Amino acid sequence: MELHLILLFMICASVAAVESKDLISGVITLSAAGLGLSLAFLILKAPNLAITQLVVEILYVIILIRAIINKDLVLIKDGRWLFNTISTFLFIGSFLIFAFFALKELPNFGQPIMKVAGEYLKSGLGQTGSANIVTAITLNFRSLDTLVETAILFTAIIGVLAIIRKVGKIYDPEKGKR
Amino acid sequence: MCFVLFSIGLYCILRKRNIIKIIIGIVIVEYALNLFLILIGYRIHGRAPIVAQDQEILNMVDPLPQAMVSTSIVIGLAIIVVLISLAIRIYEKYGTFDITKIRRLKG
Repeated sequence: MELHLILLFMICASVAAVESKDLISGVITLSAAGLGLSLAFLILKAPNLAITQLVVEILYVIILIRAIINKDLVLIKDGRWLFNTISTFLFIGSFLIFAFFALKELPNFGQPIMKVAGEYLKSGLGQTGSANIVTAITLNFRSLDTLVETAILFTAIIGVLAIIRKVGKIYDPEKGKR
Repeated sequence: MCFVLFSIGLYCILRKRNIIKIIIGIVIVEYALNLFLILIGYRIHGRAPIVAQDQEILNMVDPLPQAMVSTSIVIGLAIIVVLISLAIRIYEKYGTFDITKIRRLKG
């Protein structure tokens, strides 16, 4: 029941974030949706994820506001209204049709298949000594995944530095600075 | 209802012309996918996957999607940071966030 309420809240917040005229209010309502997602993780019994989502959410807000502060925020009008709307609804409709067929193959809500996870739950405490099974999985059973995730983070940092970096000035002895 | 959230994000990506609005749409899609993966692993009246003394193991929720989604959240942050830095560079070069005004990309 609380889950439905929070999902409704998230849907309302994301609609407001999409449709708001002002970019800053859009970012702030987006962060409201993210905090709702964090609460939903808590209700779905995933406390690790709730904490991670909270921190990442705050970082999103800081980075997005850094991107749009001090810029002249022009109201952008949408052109070619009919064509854009029709193509968008075609995409969304095809996605919903495929999702409907895929949803039949999944297990019912509340009864997950626990083939691999059952083994982890049984042997997690004995093999790794960690009371939190999620930590045991990320740091012991699937530690290569975590390693590659860290590699992705560093690659992203290198990419950001390469994009943001200003080109250095080359010293030319005849003309002085160029 | 998770699909409704996904559809809103997809609509935002395809329909809007502001770069920041497109990034907001990508973030919403990411939220929807993470929530969907956690919903698959949920067990009714389950407990958090933390071993305690007075707790039987059979009743826990699925911990595997939780571990994978915590990876996915952090990778999503990296993706958004790279996108934002691209947007900042585009603003410095063209002085606008409107994707139709960036004429020089046209062939």
